[in-house]
Amino acid sequence: MKAAEKRQYLKGMRDGIPIALGYFAVAFSLGIMAKLSGLTPFQGFLSSVLVNASAGEYAGFVVIAENSGLYMMALMTIVASARYFLMSCALSQHIAPDTKMIHRLLIGFDVTDEMFGVMIGRPGYVNPVYAYGLYLLPIIGWSSGTVLGIVSGSILPASVVNALSVALYGMFLAIIVPPARKDRVVLGTVILGFGLSFAFSRLPVVSGLSSGTRTIILTVVIAGLAALLFPRKEEEADA
Amino acid sequence: MKTYLYILVMALTTYLIRVLPLTLIRKPIKSRFIRSFLYYVPYVTLAVMTFPAIMDATNSPIAGIVSLIAGILLAWFGAGLFPVAVCCCVIVFLMELLF
Repeated sequence: MKAAEKRQYLKGMRDGIPIALGYFAVAFSLGIMAKLSGLTPFQGFLSSVLVNASAGEYAGFVVIAENSGLYMMALMTIVASARYFLMSCALSQHIAPDTKMIHRLLIGFDVTDEMFGVMIGRPGYVNPVYAYGLYLLPIIGWSSGTVLGIVSGSILPASVVNALSVALYGMFLAIIVPPARKDRVVLGTVILGFGLSFAFSRLPVVSGLSSGTRTIILTVVIAGLAALLFPRKEEEADA
Repeated sequence: MKTYLYILVMALTTYLIRVLPLTLIRKPIKSRFIRSFLYYVPYVTLAVMTFPAIMDATNSPIAGIVSLIAGILLAWFGAGLFPVAVCCCVIVFLMELLF
């Protein structure tokens, strides 16, 4: 490795430290959910090291717990991780046009909200070596946190595991509430999401659907309506 | 064994979502509808996945609802990811202990 590349790699690693710490904690609560869905520590490790997505993995664990079919897993993943498509599209404009295919394939492995934010916030094109340094520690934090969550889920008393199982929902709330406060359309979609999700889980016929199917239907319908009625202006829609 | 197949499908689907725009597509999305749709999707999905699941995760639904309301209020008034998550856990723990 050339000296300049090594410097870039180390710079990436340094920028990844705070992200890794945050990921460890989120992954721990994800591990609790994985445990409740019946995953072993190794299965949790495999999921986290390969997928790196909180909402996506949580949705996936629900599908595994309900055993609702492989096609369902694909659909749920698409819905829960659709936002990465938007991020990667934006990121593709920040990658030098002559970047080799292998680098594109590797950079694409870990486009998360945080990685995207860091890479897009730096001036100029993304240096692949910097990206690899950036990815390293957060991936370790994310997968080890998941394993520790699953193991703790088997050791800790039921009352504590029960309480910890709402941590992930708390984090989801912390993600959706601030933008809902700023943007009335987002607020509307969140309220509609809560209301219809509750109704769908209790009403006859639809409550017979798996929670994965309900999530997919409601997301597509509500986000579709919002996009149709309240399309976003160019500059707002970028991330 | 089936669990590993599920994990494989989850991993492949996620990877394709992330890598296609960087390899085959390489263009910004022009359609205003699709951009808006993809922007709204995560908020709706997280909302739908949180409620009523938070209520069914706890022994008493009331504990789940109280922690949901507390979480929304805290996040609304600016608390970050971890304070919100920790408060939700503590509320459920205490309520299930006391009631």
